[in-house]
Amino acid sequence: MTQTADTVVIGGGVVGSAIAYGLAKRGARVTILDEGDDAIRASRVNFGLVWLHGKGDGMPAYGFWTRRSTDLWPRFADELKAETGIDTHYVKSGGLSYCLGETEYARETETLQRMREQAERDPYETRMVDRGDLMRMMPGVTFGAEVLGASYGPHDGHVSPLKLLHGLHTALQRLGVDYRPGSSVLEVTPAATAGGGFEVRTANETFSTPKVVLAAGHGIMPLMRPLGFEVEILAERGQIMVTERMAPMGLLPANGVRQTAEGTLLIGTTNEDAGYDVSTTPQAGASMVQRAIRVIPALAHVRIVRTWAGLRTLTKDESPIYEESARYPGAFLATCHSGVTLAAVHATDLADAIYNGKLGADIEPFHSQRFLDTKHGR
Amino acid sequence: MAAERITVYVDGAAVTVSANDSAASAALQAGIGYTRLSPITGEKRAPYCMMGVCFECLMVIDGVPSRQACMVTVRPGMRIERQTGARVLS
Repeated sequence: MTQTADTVVIGGGVVGSAIAYGLAKRGARVTILDEGDDAIRASRVNFGLVWLHGKGDGMPAYGFWTRRSTDLWPRFADELKAETGIDTHYVKSGGLSYCLGETEYARETETLQRMREQAERDPYETRMVDRGDLMRMMPGVTFGAEVLGASYGPHDGHVSPLKLLHGLHTALQRLGVDYRPGSSVLEVTPAATAGGGFEVRTANETFSTPKVVLAAGHGIMPLMRPLGFEVEILAERGQIMVTERMAPMGLLPANGVRQTAEGTLLIGTTNEDAGYDVSTTPQAGASMVQRAIRVIPALAHVRIVRTWAGLRTLTKDESPIYEESARYPGAFLATCHSGVTLAAVHATDLADAIYNGKLGADIEPFHSQRFLDTKHGR
Repeated sequence: MAAERITVYVDGAAVTVSANDSAASAALQAGIGYTRLSPITGEKRAPYCMMGVCFECLMVIDGVPSRQACMVTVRPGMRIERQTGARVLS
């Protein structure tokens, strides 16, 4: 028997779940179709930064969009906690990118300057801090001799990505969203008549819906063409190490090391082209810990418990893609590699736009049309 | 053939165990009840899976904290101690 929904969201990771959460809050009857435990699931291998730092170099719209999300995050985290009792451990602490040696410090100074100048107003408010500043910001920490300073982003923070996903899924259940794991979508077919909606087919079921959202990371690839989408998504491997639990060290989160609310330290990460291979490698582990130890030498005495690898869902310019199919209105596509950072804006502005069936001016720049313009892409 | 018997020290008390035993097994044989306090809740915890998976058996072994006691084979004179709370980086 064919089932119906106001919107079918394909993908139950942080991107699909945040969109579904926003849609359900606006009153839509939503079904989420998620894959099983064998899926790539970038949401479950994430480092957990809520990060504006460095986003949108060459594409200021992404900087503003990310800033909007970091502004929305505190309320988003509070709401999830009030609705589900689940604390995502979100803290808007500010965040760092450490600079080892003069070359890194000079390069980072230049990057901040360049990014500020690209936008008509500055969404970042990042600044360089020197070694003395770092020592004042983190009085209990002894830094390696090469640490000259860091770039500091006041809007950055961190969160437990697993608690976030758990919180979203719990909230979805309370909102009456029909979440179906183990439901790989085989095909999405537009109805023969324009405006007739879509048929979404899994191995066992068929759903009829006026709106469908492709939010399945790498899983959108086999589904997009019949809906008139043509986007390119790359897999980039990132490895992360987790240590034993330590007493709070008073560290600000940084893009190579952060201490979680439970006390473990996460050390990361790599940017590797390894296809869909999620193996970990000793070489990557060694280079990650070597850098972490150059930043904070005492980390050499902390025990590593586990290493894992995940696959980022990257576009060619690393900015998100959001679009509605021109040929089949009602079909939406959303993909990005910063599903955690953008969860707050996905649950609000993006969900609003999809609910109202109109991706407005702040979302238009993210159409994949931009890749046809040679300024973008790499 | 029975394995050789050796002496280890669990929280300072001498215990005689088989040379093939793990440190976690030695701690259980010593009857100390719990082997660590959770750094999050302060709860008492003890070895559970005994095969390196659950990380419940973290203990201080010969002065090195957060070792999986079930994955460490005893040796004569080994000092096996309860771990209380999170490690402080000195």
